[in-house]
Amino acid sequence: MIDEKLVQLITEEVIRQLAATGRVRLPGKEGSFVPQLVEDEDLASPAAKAKTLVEDPEDPEALARMKKRTTARIGVGNCGPRLNTRTLLTLRADHAAARDAVFKDVDPALIERLGLVSVETQCDCKNTYVTRPDLGRKLSEEAVETLRARCTAAPDVQIFAADGLSSTAIESNLERILPVLTDGLKAKGLKVGTPFYLRYGRVASEDHVSEVLGAKVVCVLIGERPGLATAESMSAYIVYNAYVGMPESKRTVVSNIHRNGLTAVEAGAYIVEVIGQILEKKASGVDLVK
Amino acid sequence: MAEILSVGIDIGTSTTQVIFSKISVDNTASYFSAPRIAIVGKEILYKSAVHFTPLKSLTALDGDGVRAIVAEEFRNAGCRPEDVDTGAVIITGESARKENAALVTEKLSAFAGEFVVSTAGPDLESVVAGKGSGAFAYSSENECSVVNLDIGGGTTNICLFDNGETRGKCCFDIGGRLIKLGADGRIAYIAPAAKRVADSIGVSLAVGDPAEERTLSRITDKMAELLAAAVDRATPEPLLERVRTEKSTRMPKVPQSAKLCFSGGVAECFYRPEPADPFRYGDIGVLLARSLKKHPAFSGSDVIPAQETIRATVVGAGTYTTSLSGSTIDYSPGVFPVKNVPALTLTAEEQAQCLADGGAALAGTVRWFREQSDSELLILALPGLKDPTYGEIRALAHAVAAATEHTLPKDVPVLAVVEEDIAKALGIALKPLLNGRRYAVIDSVKVEAGDYVDIGRPLMDGLVVPVIVKTLLFG
Repeated sequence: MIDEKLVQLITEEVIRQLAATGRVRLPGKEGSFVPQLVEDEDLASPAAKAKTLVEDPEDPEALARMKKRTTARIGVGNCGPRLNTRTLLTLRADHAAARDAVFKDVDPALIERLGLVSVETQCDCKNTYVTRPDLGRKLSEEAVETLRARCTAAPDVQIFAADGLSSTAIESNLERILPVLTDGLKAKGLKVGTPFYLRYGRVASEDHVSEVLGAKVVCVLIGERPGLATAESMSAYIVYNAYVGMPESKRTVVSNIHRNGLTAVEAGAYIVEVIGQILEKKASGVDLVK
Repeated sequence: MAEILSVGIDIGTSTTQVIFSKISVDNTASYFSAPRIAIVGKEILYKSAVHFTPLKSLTALDGDGVRAIVAEEFRNAGCRPEDVDTGAVIITGESARKENAALVTEKLSAFAGEFVVSTAGPDLESVVAGKGSGAFAYSSENECSVVNLDIGGGTTNICLFDNGETRGKCCFDIGGRLIKLGADGRIAYIAPAAKRVADSIGVSLAVGDPAEERTLSRITDKMAELLAAAVDRATPEPLLERVRTEKSTRMPKVPQSAKLCFSGGVAECFYRPEPADPFRYGDIGVLLARSLKKHPAFSGSDVIPAQETIRATVVGAGTYTTSLSGSTIDYSPGVFPVKNVPALTLTAEEQAQCLADGGAALAGTVRWFREQSDSELLILALPGLKDPTYGEIRALAHAVAAATEHTLPKDVPVLAVVEEDIAKALGIALKPLLNGRRYAVIDSVKVEAGDYVDIGRPLMDGLVVPVIVKTLLFG
């Protein structure tokens, strides 16, 4: 049984400390406070996230090492049963970055700088895109016409970019990956199609693209659904002889392309080799591994 | 999954050993990522007997004797020289003299033709032994510091590991065979370092004296005290500097929380009951082990067991010298293997300079480097760029091509190793600039100035190459 008197004593002490310092100290624990918020500090930056928020850790170095090995929010301390304000704000900042990545558009200046033709799927806005996956897989009629008019027909390889669920990923990686892909594929003597940008595009939109342009291999560079660790991750989905309605198992994927994963240029170089193999074996996805 | 057969041959001051191990490599990345080939297993297939190193004189190796031992052990293990993919011959301790290394290279060419012959040098030997003893793995598995003392015949090689990283190494002329006894029970040899230790405690010792357990124990007690001081477990004294091995570096302070691990021949008696006759091996090794055991610095709970004692160095040489390149690399067919390639290392600033002037200054450095070196090949070691643009990659490729175009003969391939994971992209940018010259760009390997590099035949459908980076080399 808990002694009522004891509970009362504890409560009084807690209230006294809160009133005096705004914080409650555990008995017998002396040490630094959780790092205070600094004005203009970017809570979502790697440097801010590397800070240990636990008071008086037993082994600060070990905790720092553990934090280095994961993007999970460990060593963040607590305030009673809840997160510290700082941790909560960081979470909200990351969540905001993730939401931004999904709902914003890729900067048109980037598309222009890369000289890409820009087309859309049958979605008319981000809301439709998010709620109607089926429409995000089909090119609009206008897009079909534009592609037929402006892109090389029947290429060996057709590359295009799509915003998918992260415009941020495209903004961070596209400019780095595209030239190495085109150079590498041309050096292999392949006929590389005219690269373009597809707004509101899902992965399977590449099947429609492949049918429209008659490409042997189609490769979409697409923004991945952001998590709370990074909103910059891009993937490449590559298919040999894609057609609408084909099984998902025919896709070869190279994922985790971002500055802290597989960097964009190296990913590009790797994808060149993968496409080479796909053309040679005339298969992709599970069929390629067999 | 691929397997590499690796041989380790350790020719030390007192013993010569051979081990064969199987190194397994596999793709550890998921199906949805670029490949990440890693060493996934190391299994020792065969450990030879511990042979006394055949000597012609106190310092000269008996080359034919060494050859006979190695040939016999290849037979015992059921391995043919042509089966071996990689490995290292390491000549350690007092045997690591230039003449000995040349002799071993010549005599073992039939067995060691495809791989490395290197003299370890005191520092490298410390690291190799610490990896072989299990101290390195312990420090990374238990997230702690471990200091390994490899106490052999002539030297004690010390290495400090912290969380799977080498923090420092050093070497002292303290060992079990610094004083040797003849069959008649009299002292047959006293190494200079042993003499210095004896003098410091007022013990006079001469060749021909009868071997007395009490007198010699006083000397080994002093040696144990010196080793305690060497790992910051006793007060340092000037004598310690006088037994420090020539060319040995200094080690940072060993934390008090560090675990202690022992390897080498003397550790055999440290961890196990000593033989009934302390002079069974005709030296002071057993006495030194006894002195260590009773020294307060080495009898506490911070002493951890070793996985290998007398075989630590050979196991380290056979299983830890080979690493793998990154898994996205680029090379011309048939360019590998290459051996004993000296590295021309660029700092980040030099690399930046190279990007600024298009490789003009680097061309001069390459020319100079080739004049200094007697090797036809050289490998450019670059830090690389973190998340570069393709423009930066192309600029780097242009600089490398420009720097090598007129400084390397036409038939010599352009070899480069980058630390950052950008080799494949660099290869794509480099290839069209080389007018058909062969090339190789590998990454995720750290090479320091003055290192030599061996690169083996590609593995796993050509995705990776095995790499050995050597600090010191003779061969």
